[in-house]
Amino acid sequence: MPGAQRHVGGSVKREIRNSLISFLVELLIYGVLVVGYFFLVLNFLGDWLFRLFEHNRHFYAFMALALIVGQGLVLETLTRLLLGFIKPRTDD
Amino acid sequence: MTFLISGAHIDPVYLMGVGFIVGMLGGFFGVGGSFLAGPALFAVGVPMNFVVGTDLAHIVGKSIVAARKHRSLGNIDMKLGGIMVVGTIGGVEAGAQLIQVLKRTAHIDVAVGLTFIILLLGISGFMTWESIKTLRMQKARPVSKTAPLLAPSRRDHSAVAHISRAIHRIKLPPYVSLPVSGIARVSIWAILIVSFVGGFFSGFLGGGAGYIRMPCLIYLLGIPTHIAVGTDLFEIIISAGYGTITHALKGNVDILIALVMHTGAAIGAQIGATCTQFFGGPRIRMAFIPLPLIGAAILIHGLLTGHPGK
Repeated sequence: MPGAQRHVGGSVKREIRNSLISFLVELLIYGVLVVGYFFLVLNFLGDWLFRLFEHNRHFYAFMALALIVGQGLVLETLTRLLLGFIKPRTDD
Repeated sequence: MTFLISGAHIDPVYLMGVGFIVGMLGGFFGVGGSFLAGPALFAVGVPMNFVVGTDLAHIVGKSIVAARKHRSLGNIDMKLGGIMVVGTIGGVEAGAQLIQVLKRTAHIDVAVGLTFIILLLGISGFMTWESIKTLRMQKARPVSKTAPLLAPSRRDHSAVAHISRAIHRIKLPPYVSLPVSGIARVSIWAILIVSFVGGFFSGFLGGGAGYIRMPCLIYLLGIPTHIAVGTDLFEIIISAGYGTITHALKGNVDILIALVMHTGAAIGAQIGATCTQFFGGPRIRMAFIPLPLIGAAILIHGLLTGHPGK
């Protein structure tokens, strides 16, 4: 019985370790994408957004919501896709 | 770094740091975190009108990230969330309209501020009492060896479950069943009233008002804590999204500040949401207790100094 308990304990620990590593990899990919997304928006859309804010408030409101939703939704989906691509390779 | 839209000059690392802390709180407790982010933006010179609108925009992004994580953990009751959207939008609009009406009345800041301080202290006091009582009850109850081993996130008891049971017995059709939350039957009006109240405070105070909606979901509707956290985040996306549009139209949103905050908040929200798996409902409720107290402290500071925190 103690041997069986040790075996169960070991497999639980391994499972926790695997899910932690998987979460950290996901977090790393997501973090890089989120920061990259911000710099892209800042470099390519910064001035355009300012002009939009000054001259076309309705479109600015739409773009503001689209950009923040995009950062949350699209990047997370992209992270999952990338993880799906990476995981089978790491499992090999 | 200078943000052209609001004209504020802020270190982006500071914004990311604030976003990260607020994101963790949001992911773990299902709150927007405006009671912290608002004063943090104001403190570095963001004009007050931009504080409110920009904070709402960053809350939308962070709540999407946290809600998606909670959904993957099975912590969102989409049926409940869908019904609540109706009450939330109605409540947000009513709260915003009432603010406009009350603005014309003298000394209204003090009257409204005091009401909220009492309300927030009441929520905190009640949750302290309930969490301690529930944890004691759990310790006193012998654990059955034949009972299935549940993950901490699925263990949820409340010492005041009789309140929600009484609400479930209210005879006011139409009724709805919420299998995800383990509720066989509840009047749709009870859900609409709870969501209206949450939306009302969101429109009135700004932010997501999760610190009011979350306890209401648990104690009044009897929603398990983890599902209340996830579903509350879903509601915050709706109320804050609506607020972002209206504030952006009025020129109160600096989207670049919101995006920098969100870089930290998105990562914090992922961590916070994942951490909920390792804690039981009563422990999450106990850890939630300081949040309304912080909100009350900010209001008291605002009343004493004449500078509202939001």
